[in-house]
Amino acid sequence: MTEDEWMAVRLSLLVATTATATSLPLGIAVAWLLARGRFWGKSLIDTLVHLPLIMPPVVTGYLLLLTFGRRAPIGAFLADEFGIVFSFRWTGAALACAVMGFPLLVRAIRLSIEAVDDRLESAAGTLGANPLLVFATITLPLSLPGVIAGAILCFAKAMGEFGATITFVSNIPGETQTLPSAIYTLTQIPGGDAGALRLTLISIAISMLALLGSELLARRMGARRVAT
Amino acid sequence: MSLDVDVEHRRDDFRLVARFTSAPGLTALFGRSGSGKTTLVDIVGGLIRPDRGRVAVDGQILVDTGHGTFVPRHRRRIGYVFQDSRLFPHLSVRQNLLYGRWFAQAGDGALGDLGSVVDLLGIGTLLERRPDSLSGGEKQRVAIGRALLAHPRLLLMDEPLASLDEARRAEILPYIERLRDEAGVPILYVSHSVAEVARLATTVVILSEGQVTAVGPVLDILPLADAGDAGCVLDATVARDDVSFHLTVLASPAGELQVPKLAAPVGAPVRAYIRARDVMISLRPPEEISALNVLPGRIAAITPSPDGAQADVRLDCNGSTLMARLTTKSVQRLALAPGRPVFAVIKSVSFERN
Repeated sequence: MTEDEWMAVRLSLLVATTATATSLPLGIAVAWLLARGRFWGKSLIDTLVHLPLIMPPVVTGYLLLLTFGRRAPIGAFLADEFGIVFSFRWTGAALACAVMGFPLLVRAIRLSIEAVDDRLESAAGTLGANPLLVFATITLPLSLPGVIAGAILCFAKAMGEFGATITFVSNIPGETQTLPSAIYTLTQIPGGDAGALRLTLISIAISMLALLGSELLARRMGARRVAT
Repeated sequence: MSLDVDVEHRRDDFRLVARFTSAPGLTALFGRSGSGKTTLVDIVGGLIRPDRGRVAVDGQILVDTGHGTFVPRHRRRIGYVFQDSRLFPHLSVRQNLLYGRWFAQAGDGALGDLGSVVDLLGIGTLLERRPDSLSGGEKQRVAIGRALLAHPRLLLMDEPLASLDEARRAEILPYIERLRDEAGVPILYVSHSVAEVARLATTVVILSEGQVTAVGPVLDILPLADAGDAGCVLDATVARDDVSFHLTVLASPAGELQVPKLAAPVGAPVRAYIRARDVMISLRPPEEISALNVLPGRIAAITPSPDGAQADVRLDCNGSTLMARLTTKSVQRLALAPGRPVFAVIKSVSFERN
């Protein structure tokens, strides 16, 4: 394997982990709002969250460029005030992956929160727990399988994200060239087939490991649930 | 402790208008299913916000729609034991029991520590188990313990025995009695079972179609209850045992009762429950009859059933109330009317030991 190929693997893992880790807290909050909240504009939020799932990835990437690009309003503000730059950086790749994985994350968590019996939550309330503590001690632990499933889905999506990433932050080796971009590049140059195949196998291995890990976690939690 | 409730709540076609003040001890909310009992305790517990009205415990206002006051459930310190025990499935029995203690202000109430509650409810061997491995009766006892350990100033129990079979019910009833007598926490207890109310209640509130129709001490109120299994409670004491016939003789204000032998010492208080359909009425002292228990009394009131086929005859037996359910034909044939002296022939008595 070449140094460039290793770089692509390491970068992809970094981007996917960052995307999953940073979108998880927000994803849990949004999932809880959609599952339990009753407020005006709920369906609007629901639609917005799901939009990246149904739009062409290139469109999502272009929209990110329009909002978070160096000269775009939000992008310029973040760069000037906080020094956070997304365009043509690996952080931009992480943002693109987070946006693309967000609907999957929220959907899985929302379903598992909805499956938690809200009568348990009201019982916890009568025992003195305020709504935040009820969520932390009852709702969240009981929906943990869904949270893990959502995180794995989001991670897998981030590992495979191509269209939005390449549109938003291009394909710069060492900075924004993730596994899929690297595979794409290798298929475009003569003699790149062997490299493309190596990266493909690594990609498959990482996906399978992630799936296996989530299975193991789910099984362990299931065992704990029925243990007497 | 005093609980003042004066609320109005409407949901779809159902309208609840309830006003009562409860006394210390166990107050039973009694009525048929659909009479609004659960809605009422949900309002007291803070699970439902009433359309209009006021709820106060010990003078502290929990709900006052006129002033926009609504204390959220987690700040009410009102324990709630649900019909379905609602134990947290991801926590052990011990963690379930201690859940409310994380949030309770320490140092109030005699039931502060886990040990005394565990002893009171007999759940010492269950502590390390998971809720889904418990029987229905065990779950309910843990649920009661969990509510107690949150130091409630009032305990709500919504048909805690309804989902259990007869044997499990018999297993839990003594614990609820001990709670009433030893824990010192006032209880608002929802039930549609006359037997449970007769055994447990100090005060009874009768709900019918969303309205409070009667409030008062159990001995006065229960005979008025409009229920399929109506009956009366007699407070009695064990007078002596009749060893040769395996009988126990009870002394009650209404007279002596002979019943199958009880395992209770002489002098022990006993609450006898006599169902209206187990009482016959005779105009003269019956002779040569198999029934052992015949009490003299006077007719206080006759209430015909809505369809006119039967009538509930209320008797005053030396100050105690007895009920007899007769056919309208019998009432006419004997020419029964209020004030008339009669004899109540009791076919069977069921007992609830105090």
